[in-house]
Amino acid sequence: MPEQVSRVVVRFAGDSGDGMQLTGGRFGAESARQGNDIVTLPDFPAEIRAPQGSIGGVSSFQVHFADRDIVTPGEDLDVLVAMNPAALKVHLPSLRRGGVLITDSSEYTKRNLNHAGYAVSPLDDGSLEASYQLVRLDLNSVTGDAVAPFGLGRKAVSRARNMFALGLVSWLYSRDMTPTREWLQQKFAAQPEVRDANLAALEGGWNYGENTETFAVRYEVASIFQAPGRYRQISGSQATALGLLAASVASGLQLFLGAYPITPASDLLHELSKRKAFGVQTFQAEDEIAAVGAALGASFGGALGVTTTSGPGLALKQEMINLAVMTELPLVIIDVQRAGPSTGMPTKTEQADLLQAMWGRNGESPVPVIAPSSPADCFSAAFEACRIALTHRTPVIMLSDAYLANGSEPWLVPDAGSLPTIDPGFATEANTEQGTFAPYHRDPLTLDRPWAIPGTPGLEHRIGGLEKSNGLGTISYDGDNHDTMVKLRAEHIARIAVPDATWDDPSGVAKLAVLGWGSTWGAITAAVRRVRELGVPIAQIHVRNLNPLPANLGQLLHRADRVIVPEVNLGQFAMIVRAKYLVDARSWSRMRGLPLGVSELTEYLLSQVEEVQHV
Amino acid sequence: MSEASVHGLGIGGLGQVPLSINPLKRKDFTSDQEVRWCPGCGDYAILSAVQALLPELGIARENTVVVSGIGCSARFPYYVNSYGMHSIHGRALTIATGLAVTRPDLAIMVATGDGDALSIGGNHLIHALRRNVNLTVVLFNNRIYGLTKGQFSPTSEIGKVTKSSPAGSLDTPVNAVSLALGSEATFVARSIDSDRAHLTSVLRAAFEHRGSSLVEVYQNCPIFNDGAWDQLTSPDAPDGEGVIKLEAGEPVLTPGGSYGLVQAPDGHLQVKAVDEVGLENVIVHDPGADDPTRAFALSRITDSGVMRRSPIGIFRSVERPSFDDLARQQIATAEGGPADSRDDKQTQLQQLLAGDDPWTVS
Repeated sequence: MPEQVSRVVVRFAGDSGDGMQLTGGRFGAESARQGNDIVTLPDFPAEIRAPQGSIGGVSSFQVHFADRDIVTPGEDLDVLVAMNPAALKVHLPSLRRGGVLITDSSEYTKRNLNHAGYAVSPLDDGSLEASYQLVRLDLNSVTGDAVAPFGLGRKAVSRARNMFALGLVSWLYSRDMTPTREWLQQKFAAQPEVRDANLAALEGGWNYGENTETFAVRYEVASIFQAPGRYRQISGSQATALGLLAASVASGLQLFLGAYPITPASDLLHELSKRKAFGVQTFQAEDEIAAVGAALGASFGGALGVTTTSGPGLALKQEMINLAVMTELPLVIIDVQRAGPSTGMPTKTEQADLLQAMWGRNGESPVPVIAPSSPADCFSAAFEACRIALTHRTPVIMLSDAYLANGSEPWLVPDAGSLPTIDPGFATEANTEQGTFAPYHRDPLTLDRPWAIPGTPGLEHRIGGLEKSNGLGTISYDGDNHDTMVKLRAEHIARIAVPDATWDDPSGVAKLAVLGWGSTWGAITAAVRRVRELGVPIAQIHVRNLNPLPANLGQLLHRADRVIVPEVNLGQFAMIVRAKYLVDARSWSRMRGLPLGVSELTEYLLSQVEEVQHV
Repeated sequence: MSEASVHGLGIGGLGQVPLSINPLKRKDFTSDQEVRWCPGCGDYAILSAVQALLPELGIARENTVVVSGIGCSARFPYYVNSYGMHSIHGRALTIATGLAVTRPDLAIMVATGDGDALSIGGNHLIHALRRNVNLTVVLFNNRIYGLTKGQFSPTSEIGKVTKSSPAGSLDTPVNAVSLALGSEATFVARSIDSDRAHLTSVLRAAFEHRGSSLVEVYQNCPIFNDGAWDQLTSPDAPDGEGVIKLEAGEPVLTPGGSYGLVQAPDGHLQVKAVDEVGLENVIVHDPGADDPTRAFALSRITDSGVMRRSPIGIFRSVERPSFDDLARQQIATAEGGPADSRDDKQTQLQQLLAGDDPWTVS
């Protein structure tokens, strides 16, 4: 009888060429199909193929799965699969004492040990057995045995090692491998030997668990209670692309994506370039500026203009975004943030573009900013970004990040028919008493300007980056008019309706509040749960709309004696709330290219609750 | 959609632009904005030529769009009573590209200058031309930065003394026509502000070309670079100099007709007295030649210092499917689409939302 456990964290780690992303992805998919809640964390180097066996070339994929609702990819590993010494070196510190360590002994060659910086093989000095359940396997040999009937070469056998490891871990946690089998059959349909060898390696791993007495126990993780419905596993990149596509369908406007390849945003270009059947036009431009320029041009013509990028690209696009601010045209900018400054760490996550998104343009340049809180949440955040852009005629920046883009979780598939309609409300008639068209004659309530697209007879007009006269929209250098227009543009964005923030405090007596935005939602929520499990009261507020901020946010923050703002930057949101609300908001920053550490944050929050109680 | 209109070949640059129901006049394209160029500026002549040409093209005014960047020339859209955007420095072509790809029913003109197109926007010019987006690019070349009050531009001659180059500019100037030809442009032409008839005929051909058309217009800046083109058009110019008009099927001769272009043994073109070489040896212009080598050689006849001699006219005009037509064709022929009705799209979207590997919890 397998032993029941509540939650498990497994990390697959190996060389960039070892197929760890794929292996982890499949294990996550199996777990999701089994009805567990899952959160995944891929972590890979920027180099496509770093020197084999090197520390720099280690790629990993972590899967957290549970019989209950979980919100982070987990911290302390229950299982580490280390395909070589470098992977062991990098990831062993994350394995909990007593955890399962599966490693490929055939890779502990002198050369690989040198690369990883081991003078003596850790397999030989007894250190690993003392702290972990060490499973040393000659994966080359056992995989070779499993795939022997297919007469593959050494290299091909080596490539199937990951499937053997997947089979073994799947056995250990009683996973149903059907989805992986189906997936392999589909993926390698055109190469029957490769398909059969991978299937055999997968079964080989499973049988190895079943037939040897390598593991004393086998585990099972029960399904969580999920609302009935259809589910899928979804990454932030997929969810973002689908959100944009859904907004195109909901608005009836063609989706035009202008993009220049940049990590970690390129997947959005890849996803949407496959959607031509929806009329989606993707344009791989010559640079970041051309990408956003083309998107704005498409918007001017009445399409849904979108550009996708990461921090360095956002910096290049800012002048064009400012033109969209001045011309008050819809434009959606997706910034998949990565660690900066400059090129920084392209594949690693960070939240340090907030101030760039808010104020990184010349002049007073208000732009709505939205930040999704989880991979699946990217769907509705992208949809909402489009809705605001189209209905209020403004550029909107969505701040995703590398963790959200690459991470994945189960998602209750929404009903396409129930998505709200987005009405772009194109102007078709003159709007002045003289029977002329004044492009800056605003709606008195929302301050939105009318949007007349080329091809509309009688509404011909010119717009541009020069200051406009209020109403008419002709060029104006008048000082008083400029003062009015600057204030109108600010007020226009400030009036955009956003949902209220919520004060989450089951105890009702919390004095300390933790405030987050964007992708830190998972780590903060997990830390808050741990604090509460200890019976310690704490309130949580999470903000999705960063501009305009929820109208009640100031009031909520003032309920707390102290506000902690954990961020993957040096306190950018903390600075905003201190400036705006004059509250005692304190920053807690970690910038390791990874989501915030839950244990570390929990300890900090506990110490802060303690302090506040003694003040 | 017929095969021809999908490929866009054979239908001309304006083939998908609706025609005007009523005949339009020049004043229909004249906006109520006061023109604010300096007196004597060559931009007036270009504006006047365009305003006169647009009604002759027969297309609907509301389907005409002028996009510009920054600079004196960039004020152009304000003065044409159609849709227009005065954008940011060097980026007009990027905006026009997005517009052209999504709106085949628009006639799009980009008004740009030597600084806007060849300096800050040089990259976009190269890529718009090689893609062959269906646009008409009119490049106002006055060999100077006017709006910023007189610094040397990428077309200024070496040694140009300006406020920012008191000891003379060190930059070798760029030849817009050579650059365009090197960028795989399908239509490359040059004209001059002082020859209204020539300018109009070149602009007409550019609008009617499907794909990117580049028209460089030599334009006088009376304030900061007055007379930059005077020696080209001077009646006192010695024979063998001046503007060399390129006419399809005609021998390439200087204004007086006594000098012509001949091919030297190493392939480059030389200006030789017709008497010496014989008219039969003067090259005959063929803008439709598939190979751009001869057109490039013609572009090198242009002086790079003081401008005494330069060919004008259509250097190259060839057919190649335009980027936007091909992009729309990919959509029109996409597998499983394009879904026409919103209901169809919703059904397709639902499948996509569920992905390849959904599961059901009951």
